[in-house]
Amino acid sequence: MSLQDLIQGAEVWRASAASPFAPGVPSGFPQLDALLPGGGWPSGTITEILIPCLGIGELQLFLPALARLSHGNRWLTFIAPPHIPYAPALAAAQVDLSRVLLVHPRATIDGLWAVEQSLRAGTCGAVLAWPAAADVRALRRLQLAAEAGRSWGVLFRPGQTAVAGSSAALRLQLVPTPGGIDVYILKRRGGWPVGPVSLDLRLNHAVAMPVSAGSCA
Amino acid sequence: MLWLCLYLPDLALEIFTRGVPATDPLVVVYGNGRNRRVALCNAAARRRGIQPDMGLNAAHALAGSLQVCERDGESERAALDRLAAWAGQFTSVVSQMPPQVLLLEVAGSCRLFGGLEQLREAVSQGVSELGYCVSLAVAPTPLAALWLAHAGCEICVTRQTTLAAVLAPLSFACLGLTAKQGETLHGMGVHTIGECLRLPRDGLARRMGPELIHVLDRALGRIPDPRPAFVAPSGFASSLPLPGAVSAVEGLLFPLRRLLIELEGFLRARDAGARSLTLSLHHTAVGATRVGLELATPSRDAAYLAMLLRERLERVALSAPVEEVSLRAADPCPLALHSLDFFVPAHAAEEALIERLRARLGRDAVRGLCQVAEHRPERAWTYAEPGGDATTRGGSGRRLSQRSACASRGAGDRNRPLWLLHEPMLLEMRDEHPYLDGVLVLGREWERIESGWWDGQDVARDYFIARSEQGMRLWVYRELAGEYRWFLHGVFG
Repeated sequence: MSLQDLIQGAEVWRASAASPFAPGVPSGFPQLDALLPGGGWPSGTITEILIPCLGIGELQLFLPALARLSHGNRWLTFIAPPHIPYAPALAAAQVDLSRVLLVHPRATIDGLWAVEQSLRAGTCGAVLAWPAAADVRALRRLQLAAEAGRSWGVLFRPGQTAVAGSSAALRLQLVPTPGGIDVYILKRRGGWPVGPVSLDLRLNHAVAMPVSAGSCA
Repeated sequence: MLWLCLYLPDLALEIFTRGVPATDPLVVVYGNGRNRRVALCNAAARRRGIQPDMGLNAAHALAGSLQVCERDGESERAALDRLAAWAGQFTSVVSQMPPQVLLLEVAGSCRLFGGLEQLREAVSQGVSELGYCVSLAVAPTPLAALWLAHAGCEICVTRQTTLAAVLAPLSFACLGLTAKQGETLHGMGVHTIGECLRLPRDGLARRMGPELIHVLDRALGRIPDPRPAFVAPSGFASSLPLPGAVSAVEGLLFPLRRLLIELEGFLRARDAGARSLTLSLHHTAVGATRVGLELATPSRDAAYLAMLLRERLERVALSAPVEEVSLRAADPCPLALHSLDFFVPAHAAEEALIERLRARLGRDAVRGLCQVAEHRPERAWTYAEPGGDATTRGGSGRRLSQRSACASRGAGDRNRPLWLLHEPMLLEMRDEHPYLDGVLVLGREWERIESGWWDGQDVARDYFIARSEQGMRLWVYRELAGEYRWFLHGVFG
């Protein structure tokens, strides 16, 4: 059987001919959107963020998308955040605080359970979680839950887990730069790893993002 | 008038067996001393050859591992009361005839349930979900319905004119005659109600007494037959004995579901929801384990409550096997109804996630956020009830609604970090520079915050944005008094 026969018999799936992805949530950074499948953060999947340490702008990267999602009628759930998500800063970025849900589980296993429930419930637009530990099986469960609930799950994990495999649909590694961050896309659907994308996260930029004026009235 | 009669032939047995799907032979006995006899037995016992009215010793001989329960009239009465309260969801007129009969006047509620057949189906299904066997019959008079149900004729008679013909084949045993009267009728060659009715009225009255004529007239609707209405108690309390003590939580879910269906019917009857539930697990020897459940919004959905209680139960360590489960809902409160919306997903689903997380993690583990109009950074926010309406009162400042927060968004807010530390962290000093895994490089601009002198919690600080060697952007401040110490207060996430 020749290669052509295989391709014509539709038994081989070609990445280049993949069906178009469901439109994602615009990230607010055009150069990043261009590389993400669906032109934005993919909802209904897990996005894994690998960071060397807190405080490099990892949350700012998501603020424009969170602000947009918060004006829908679904929750923005923070599970086991490392510090207090600061309300004035979120409000300044146009995030509707009444849609924010903070969950502080005591044990690791409760944390993963809470992430899974929130993803599966279908009432969360985004679930941001800082799991203390998550193995491949746990990630797979979360990925399935996100698909079932059509929720976008974001897991923040330490950078050294990059070598381990992951079933997350999108994996990004963030590296701090003087003016912002470099984003390396380690894994994405319908494409190969690319990077870095240099994003400017200086304060003015992050605040002056496109949110319609009427949305907070 | 149209009466639906629920005849529960095995009530005395089912109060023991409905909590656990029993596989071992079980009998309910009456009498005392040597003269104890089997009143009712379950299917497993019947397979061994045990029959009602058999002596207990004979039953023991037939089945080695026989569970024996004393007939408990009080519990039967209580079970019938709860069943009557549950049946209140179908009609406002429920009447009891102890020990094992309920009468529901359903003429007024047929339409609501989509017709008599659907209503009958709903009652029948509900009763079997509660774990009872039932024989249902519908007739225009309560006595006729009772006789039909008792005789096992599960039919619907809606017209009074056909009543005499329907009742005719029934045995006169249901008339409740004395043995002597029975013999007399038997001697006359009368065996059925139809034959009774064919006899001349005055002659029958003279021989059998006026009582019999009276009963027949009431059954046929010739004279009125008023029934006392059952009045349900204001709170819900129910319990279920578990004959073979249960030691695993999974074994409790089945009886729990029965109790919750009972609760749902009770609440539905008064168009209410439960805000708090108490589940007590009674142990063989030592007291009881209590599991409480507080709900943010009242609910009566049995499946939903079962899910929440399951989350709670999974965290309960049973110290001893459970012999009895009881459920209590003290204060039913009116249920806020949500209209169904075609486009927007039900509001209830949002609440459901919160309830579910809270059931397992505790109430304080799931919260919302809100802003407070305050200059001191640590007081410019507070936890709130998720969804916006604040319940906790913290901070002296005024809470900002989303609208005013948007409107008053000043330049000051833009320089706030996304992470705030729970407590400011004292920074080490090296060569007169703040140090955190490396020397921190301070930004050129700073912001002075001096506020709060009126409540004794005043702060006087200069805030800087600092950069660590790892590339973290930090929000640090220096005290403007005392030792001029440096603190880390936030992280620009």
